[in-house]
Amino acid sequence: MRSPSPLRAAFRQALGEAWAGGAGVLLPIGFFAGAAMLVPFTVGSEASQLSSIGTGILWVALALASLVSMERVFQADLEDGVLELWAQEETPLFLVAAAKIIAHWLVSGLPLVLLTPPIGIALQVDPGALVPAMLAYGLGGLAFFLWGGVAGALAASVARGGLLISLLALPLFVPTAIFGALATIEGPGGPSLLFLSATTLFALSIAPFAASAALRLAVD
Amino acid sequence: MAENAAMMHEFLIKAAGLGAIRGERVLFSDLSLEVKAGEALVLRGANGAGKSTLLRMLGGLSRPDAGAVERPVRHHWIGHRNGLKPHETPRAHLTHWGRVWGSNANAREIAGQMGIERPFDVAGRLLSAGQKRRTAIARLLLADRPLWLLDEPFSALDTQGKALVTALIDKHRASGGAVIAALHGEAPFEATGEVQL
Repeated sequence: MRSPSPLRAAFRQALGEAWAGGAGVLLPIGFFAGAAMLVPFTVGSEASQLSSIGTGILWVALALASLVSMERVFQADLEDGVLELWAQEETPLFLVAAAKIIAHWLVSGLPLVLLTPPIGIALQVDPGALVPAMLAYGLGGLAFFLWGGVAGALAASVARGGLLISLLALPLFVPTAIFGALATIEGPGGPSLLFLSATTLFALSIAPFAASAALRLAVD
Repeated sequence: MAENAAMMHEFLIKAAGLGAIRGERVLFSDLSLEVKAGEALVLRGANGAGKSTLLRMLGGLSRPDAGAVERPVRHHWIGHRNGLKPHETPRAHLTHWGRVWGSNANAREIAGQMGIERPFDVAGRLLSAGQKRRTAIARLLLADRPLWLLDEPFSALDTQGKALVTALIDKHRASGGAVIAALHGEAPFEATGEVQL
């Protein structure tokens, strides 16, 4: 294994790019908060009703918000010609893809997790459960971003591929959504959190390879 | 030094029996070439004849539909796209790739050599086409790599820029490097071979 400095550089470039537009941070946050805040208006503001569906609403909003800025993550690299430079390096492309997805998650995904308690309170979720639930939202969000990254790589060469990304990624979200929703209801002691972690580890082990295979096709 | 390592190889790149198919059309077939240290090969052909396709196969970006490419040394790539991001300044671009390649070269000095010292801190989207091209070509100076694969390196460059790049190519070849360039028009450097597509 060569020195990891090429990867650090890839990570740094991806962070810089996510910040550069500004939209990388603010757009998913706005979407997340907006989608969750619509719910009381549509199902009614009855406290008991809201609190029973509140954690589930947060999962749906998190899943959708994780895809908001995914379209540009790899497409921009393809259009700029940066991808063809990476594809000719000795550094394995799957590591570069992983670095890019994780950087994107740090900038666009982690703020969503930090936002779950205030939005949860607005949805009448039990405040005591909100802070432990952040672990589950964090793990689940990472899995969402990893699968979203695969979809983003597959759609990189497609103009206006945003919808395609959703169609490709949402089915892959199902196991994470199931165990994530159970884990937030059970609390941190339950078995579902372990299953949720397993789905995230699965995504972590598959997604970088799948994304890099898709990028090789895109760059050809 | 990498250049000395280049001298030890019998060839820097070799392709045998290359073929490319686009849709139902054969772009080229049974194409063989070999480039040794100090040589410069020019790829010629009308638009769409397959110059870029061939270059991408030589660089390992595209899988040949027939034949194989052997490349025992590392190479630099200047594609038809510059690889410069819209928000990236020449300073950020050269620093980034310098890090990737573990280069100790001074980004500002290289920018001075390429005549992009003035827009050194200007974002890529605000640079002129020629300044972007110069920034991309400046990557060649970051790390010592024996083989340069260049797709229309002179495009968008002014007379002075062309002279600069020609001088770089001459110097690179004199120190044991080799160049393969897809070109339109006259080659401003002395080519040792030509592939007509």
